[in-house]
Amino acid sequence: MTAVSSARLLPTDEPRCLIDSDGCAHADLGHNDDTRLPSDVVLLHLYRRMVIGRRFDAQATALTKQGRLAVYPSSHGQDACQVGTVAAMADRDWLFPTYRDSVAMISRGINPVEVLTLLRGDWHCGYDPYLHRTAPQCTPLATNTLHAVGLAHAARQAGEDTVAVAMLGDGASSEGDTHEALNIAAVWQAPVVFVVQNNGYAISVPLAKQSHAQSLAHKGIGYGMPGLLIDGNDAAIVYAAVSEGIARARRGGGPTLIEGITYRIEAHTNADDDRRYRQSSEVTAWLAKDPIERLQKYLQNKGILSDADIASVREDADIRAGRLREAMNAAPALDPAELFEHVYVEPTRNLRRQSRWLGEELAADRRP
Amino acid sequence: MTAQPADAELSMAAALNRSLSDALREDARVVVYGEDVATLGGVFRVTAGLADEFGERRVFDSPLAESGIVGTAIGMAMNGLRPVVEMQFDAFSYPAFEQITSHLAKMHNRTRGRIRLPIVIRVPFGGGIGGVEHHSDSSEAYWVHTPGLRVVAPGTASDAYWLLRQAINSDDPTIFLEPKRRYWSTETMSAAPAADFDRALVRRGGSDATLIAYGAMIDTCLQAAEAAVEVGLNIEVIDLRTLSPLDDDTLVESVRKSGRAVVVHEAAGFAGFGAEIAARVTERCFHQLHAPIGRVTGLDIPYPPPMLEQHYLPSVDRILDAIERLQFDDTVVMPRA
Repeated sequence: MTAVSSARLLPTDEPRCLIDSDGCAHADLGHNDDTRLPSDVVLLHLYRRMVIGRRFDAQATALTKQGRLAVYPSSHGQDACQVGTVAAMADRDWLFPTYRDSVAMISRGINPVEVLTLLRGDWHCGYDPYLHRTAPQCTPLATNTLHAVGLAHAARQAGEDTVAVAMLGDGASSEGDTHEALNIAAVWQAPVVFVVQNNGYAISVPLAKQSHAQSLAHKGIGYGMPGLLIDGNDAAIVYAAVSEGIARARRGGGPTLIEGITYRIEAHTNADDDRRYRQSSEVTAWLAKDPIERLQKYLQNKGILSDADIASVREDADIRAGRLREAMNAAPALDPAELFEHVYVEPTRNLRRQSRWLGEELAADRRP
Repeated sequence: MTAQPADAELSMAAALNRSLSDALREDARVVVYGEDVATLGGVFRVTAGLADEFGERRVFDSPLAESGIVGTAIGMAMNGLRPVVEMQFDAFSYPAFEQITSHLAKMHNRTRGRIRLPIVIRVPFGGGIGGVEHHSDSSEAYWVHTPGLRVVAPGTASDAYWLLRQAINSDDPTIFLEPKRRYWSTETMSAAPAADFDRALVRRGGSDATLIAYGAMIDTCLQAAEAAVEVGLNIEVIDLRTLSPLDDDTLVESVRKSGRAVVVHEAAGFAGFGAEIAARVTERCFHQLHAPIGRVTGLDIPYPPPMLEQHYLPSVDRILDAIERLQFDDTVVMPRA
């Protein structure tokens, strides 16, 4: 590898940013001269999707308090990473999300009720992965990165121009599967974009106990792939960086590792108590870097987002949240017999016996 | 599936090679990969020549990463391929444990049948070849304990060919356990599968007792059954072939007839697959049983160093001893090999 190409694989020392937390536009610090501020149409789309996502997130958190969801891991604060990533993807691309990517998934067009099926607990994956080209939400962290590599490789071998986007966090970057996925993706030059949402914590464990690397994006060069370090609260740079990674992958240039610096405003889940491991002043400081506020400021200053537009976007988000609340108030249809139906493509003799037995037990329970 | 190998006499390794070759030829969705499988042809040469014949796009060497091999196979299957991957040795499959148990086995169920993973994981398993540490494990209990997986272990060369074809054609994920010490044993290939994919097979008919086994232990059990003829015992030998889903109907039919049974496997006995078989057969044959179901298994120790492995492995003598304990008439005296 020559010195020049090595330099192009390294991330910038500081996270790249196109719109700062004051809502001011900046020139990109990156190596790629093509990385420019997305168009107004794209920025307005990102804004709208983030407002809808934030409202969805608040509604889902409320549903845990009402006992409608078993648990909910909030995306609050990571809105730009999730919305920006999905906005950069084509319909034919594949998303491999984790359990904290609900906002990414509703941005992908998946019915919010189906997104929350896992967390309500009436089944594991509530949506058709092929319909939305979105894999089931991955709970054993980093395992999804390998699925993304395999799918991307198979697609490329078949002559399709599909790109796979694998979502992971700073905690998952320590898992062995992340290493295997980055390495194999680079060896095979698979069309994959790895998007790391570095929110500072793996539940309670801070990044300093997770990695000694200068940044997680610096790991890219070790695999021979570009690493991009970006401001994960700037939807514009997330969109631009993921677009750059997808474009590289689509033209056969192999994988890209992107690290977005962001922050998890809420606790790990509603069941977590974050006061045990972080100061509230830290949370307050990050609230000032809010992804939605800064983009709103930028769009307002540019004169392309009026107060009426803002009210209209918020009203749309409220209506969607209301529909979600109503849908989640209805008890889900549960069929115990279905427990046996999908274990194998055809139920085995053993499972058919157990299904009959459960059916008889349920019938006996119903007798007066 | 065509009957490519009929009448030829092949070793199990060659039969598996032919099986992969025929599957690759008949179905463009089949890909074969793993460590050393392409240029080298696998450390046991099971994949020899396949990369030359089908090209490196369909038969290729992967990085040395077992979790990566299984994890990428899952992604490939999601995009329509039918990957056949190799774990070089039994104990080297453990890094892939999470991908196998949490994803491969569960994907179809968690997506309500929307994602099918027609993946075969080939694993050379078991001892008896003088392998050093970590090269002789029998790990089947981990896999049969995982709902969603098919677990297959052929005992003969012809069955190896057909079971692998059936596994590749199955839309369920399959752990395919190859008894490595039988790789070089030969058999005349049959023109059709000896039985359906998930059915056990009576390898030797008999009415006095039933030996239940799979993989490398089929040959050992057949030898024991022949030796028992000397004392006038007619022993039935059942080859399970598919360990999960288990064909307990065939077992029950045999044991109801014979009233006596011994399960034989190389893996450690404690909480081993034999315990499940003994329990299931007892539940369904209790009133026909004349003796508790016997077990001849490996010892409850880590697989021993090669110079001591003969003390670990089930032998013809140990099987005959177990038959002797099945409470026949006291005058029966077993021969010694």
